Formats: sequence, structure tokens, C-alpha cells
Amino acid sequence: MLPEIVAQNTSPSLSVPWWKVVYNFSPLTEWIDKSLHNAMTPFWTTVTEMLIIGVLILLFYALVGLFLVYAERKVCAFMQNRLGPNRVGPFGIFQTIADLFKLLFKELVPIKNADGFLFNLAPYIVIIASFMAIAAIPFAKGLHAIDLNIGVLYVIAVSAMGVIGVLLAGWSSNNKYSLIGAMRSGAQIVSYELSVGLALITIVIMAGSMQLSVIVEAQRDGWFIFKGHIPAFIAFIVFLISSTAETNRGPFDLAEAESELTAGYHTEYSGIKFAFFFLAEYINMFIVSSIAATVFLGGWMPFHVSHWEGFNHIMDFIPPFIWYIGKTFFVIFMMMWFKWTFPRLRIDQLLTLEWKYLLPINLVNVLVMAFIVLMGWHF
Amino acid sequence: MRSIINYLKEIILGVWSLLKGMKVTGSYFFRPGTIITQKYPSNRKDLVMFDRFKGEVVMPHNEKNEHKCTGCGICELNCPNGTIEIISKTIITEDGKKKRAIDKHIYRLGMCTFCALCVKTCPSNALAFSQKFEHAVFNRALLIKTLNKPGSQLMKGVE
Repeated sequence: MLPEIVAQNTSPSLSVPWWKVVYNFSPLTEWIDKSLHNAMTPFWTTVTEMLIIGVLILLFYALVGLFLVYAERKVCAFMQNRLGPNRVGPFGIFQTIADLFKLLFKELVPIKNADGFLFNLAPYIVIIASFMAIAAIPFAKGLHAIDLNIGVLYVIAVSAMGVIGVLLAGWSSNNKYSLIGAMRSGAQIVSYELSVGLALITIVIMAGSMQLSVIVEAQRDGWFIFKGHIPAFIAFIVFLISSTAETNRGPFDLAEAESELTAGYHTEYSGIKFAFFFLAEYINMFIVSSIAATVFLGGWMPFHVSHWEGFNHIMDFIPPFIWYIGKTFFVIFMMMWFKWTFPRLRIDQLLTLEWKYLLPINLVNVLVMAFIVLMGWHF
Repeated sequence: MRSIINYLKEIILGVWSLLKGMKVTGSYFFRPGTIITQKYPSNRKDLVMFDRFKGEVVMPHNEKNEHKCTGCGICELNCPNGTIEIISKTIITEDGKKKRAIDKHIYRLGMCTFCALCVKTCPSNALAFSQKFEHAVFNRALLIKTLNKPGSQLMKGVE
């Protein structure tokens, strides 16, 4: 949250050397806040801060989206014994930028008999849902836009909102492929949202809090996946599977199954509207990966083993942001690995997997975790 | 009880088979040496095609400008597209006999589907496939080729 207003007449300065900021961003953010307060009224300070955060998140969003598309294509290529993009720039790193320009310049094709208002609204709902979720993610120490005390719940609720955009897109396109894709996506999210929630609840039981900063802080002497051993590991696997399904990716991409539905719910979209769906898919993957990294793998917390002071000290030298990005990309790589290994599930297989396997396992797992926490059998 | 055991068995076997698949793709990912894609135009100089590659039909000539084609016309008969046209002539051999020989072996590359029936059915193994695959030309007439070289003769001993 925004720090309290402090009346101060002297011009503030950074309280720590500038290079220490990478280990803790709070002096920097406080310094910006104080400087803004000196310059303008509290109302405009808040507006300016919101603008700064918005622009920063937007920039981060675009960069991550571009990079993830490139990474996905490269990972997919290597797993299929191919080279992937390699023409635009060294190793093809500018390929996605070229693709972005192509999408920006493309015509927005108007659809006959489509519900115009909903058709245009759908991409924005999808992208706003992922935008709202990214605000609650702790990127590094002190680099956290909003720290809600129900952070986990907020992220689940907000990221599930994206399916409304998908449903609207399918309905308003006036196209049977779109509608089938959207309906599948609806059935999928309703089922798999349960597993995502229960897998996170397993860890919330351990942490005793839903506040993401508290969850990260609780992993100072060991990440939850190690502290909670067997049930935490099962919860991590279940979370990986169900979050892959929730983002309509990997073996669960029934909503946009290319071979059956041409492109599913975004069949009728072109140009920048299609780019919004495309970007939102990758950002959703980034969001669920960062939630997995934060809740199970310690977020920005370095790898610590309790009582190994020297080792912990060495690990502290790596900046928290690097830790966070590294863990997130590890989870993203796992999800890409799933996507490019497994064949797509049929809709009945998809629902069987959720209701007959993941949900019972998850319920038992929550019980086991609660028992372990009560008995103090965790590390 | 049995159903529970089967349920657990199913889960373990399912996870095991999924891990097997992930092992394959993972091993490809971490070994870039397995990449088989060629960077074609940039490796054009040292690009080696494989032995059985069907580039285009050629008639191998030896160093004395001799080929093995007797002009029998079996390749022309076998070609499903009418790609090959044999123009034969009559020559008089040293001992005064009249004999059929090839004048022009015309091969229309633009109509060829590379089915290899001509190469397989040739009784004297006169035809072969070359490794060349860059066939694009700016004039359609350049696709009509005469396979026997000018002034070439039938190899001695080939009937």
C-alpha cells in the first residue's frame, strides 16, 4: 500500500547506497514517495504514483509477453529437434517484435451479425483480469504494488475473471467454433479453479496467512515445498497441472484446439484484438507461475537452509529479483515442457482428470497437511 | 479395496508414462546436438544431400563421352506423366548392320514427379538420379533437357 503522508521540508535523499537498492527496494520507493510529497499535494501524489506504477507494470507486461512468446517458440523448437526463430536478429530474438508490428498494422476485420459491443469488450476483460492479478505479485523485497491481506484469494478471484472475456468472445463472435471453444473453456475453468484453490489452501494452512508478503517472509528458513515435504510437493504438482488447465494451455488447450476449432474463441479476432488474447495467454502463464514460485518456492526469498549461516549469507548476495525471475521461469519452463510433450485431452478426459483424480487427491492432501501442521511434523 | 488399489495403480502408472514422455522431450531440449534442421541458404556450400535423394533424372556419361542408353524406349513407356520422349535414329555399325540408337533423350523436368519408374525399369541402368534440387529457372523452356550429351555414343558391350 502507499506509505503514509509525511510532512517534510528538507529535500529527502536515499537512506542507503544506490547499489543496495537491488536487495531492498523499499528505500527507493519511500524516497520517490517523499520527493513527490514535497513537490505536490497528496491527491496529485497518489495520482502520480498510480500512473508510475501503471506505466511500469504495462512496460513489464509488454516485455514479459514479448520474451515469453520468443521463449515458447524456442523451447518448443528444441524439444522437437528444430531450431526455432533464427532469422531476425541474433538467434531470432527480434522475431516477436517483428510479429508485434505485423499485428499492430493488421486490419481489424468487422464481423457481420456479431454483437459489436461485447465483441470489442472481450479482449479488454481478458487483459484487465491479468493486469489486476499482476499488481498483487511481490516481485522483490519492497517491489510490491499492493500487498492485500487476502493476496492469495485476490489473485485466484481476479485471474478467474479472464474466463468471462473468453466466454464473451465466443458468444459475440457469432461463430460455432468460437462458441464451442468458449463453452469448453468455461467448463474447464469451473472445474480446475477448485484444484488451484485447494492446492493453494494447503500452503495457506502452513503459512497461516493469505498475505503474499507474509507467505514469502515465512519461507526465510526454507521454502514451503521443502518445509511441507510430501503434502507440499503433491500440492505443487496439483497446482502445476490445474494452473496449466486454468490458463488454457498445454495439454488442456481445448478452448483453442487448432485441429478441431481453427482457433477456438479468438477465431474471429484479428490484428491488435487478437494480440490482446495472445498476450493475455502468456501473461496468465506468467502470473500462475509467479504464484507457484511465490507460494511454493519462496518468491524472492533466496535459497536458505536453517542453521547454515555461511551458505545463507552467500545466497543473500544474489538479488531477490533474480531469485524471483529464476523461480518463475523454472515453473514456466515446466509448463512449456508439459505443453510440448503431452497430447491434448478430450473434454471427458479433462473432466475425469479433475473430478476423479485431482480433486480427491487434493482434499486428502489438505487433510494430511492440516494434520502435519497440527502435529508439528514439518521442518 | 481392490478398486482403491486399482485407483492408486492407475495414478502411479499414469504419472510414470507421462514422466517417460517428458524424459524424451527433455533430453532433446538439453542436447542441442539432436537438432536436425539445416540453415539452408547459409550452408549451401557444404550442404550434402543423402545418397537416395531424388533430385532430377540424369544419364551418367563416362570420360569417353559414352552412355549406356540403347534407345529402347522402356522409360518412355513407363513414365506416367509423359515426361520422357525418346527420339531414335538408325545407325550402320562397322559390320554393315542397321541398328537403332538414341538421337535425343528428352526429359521434361517440369512434368516429372520423381517417381523413379524410369530409373528402376531401365534394362541397361542408363538413368540415375542426381543430388541437385535447386530446379528453379526463369524460363519454362529451360526445364526441357536433353539427357544425352552431344556427340555421345553407346558404351561398348551394352546391348
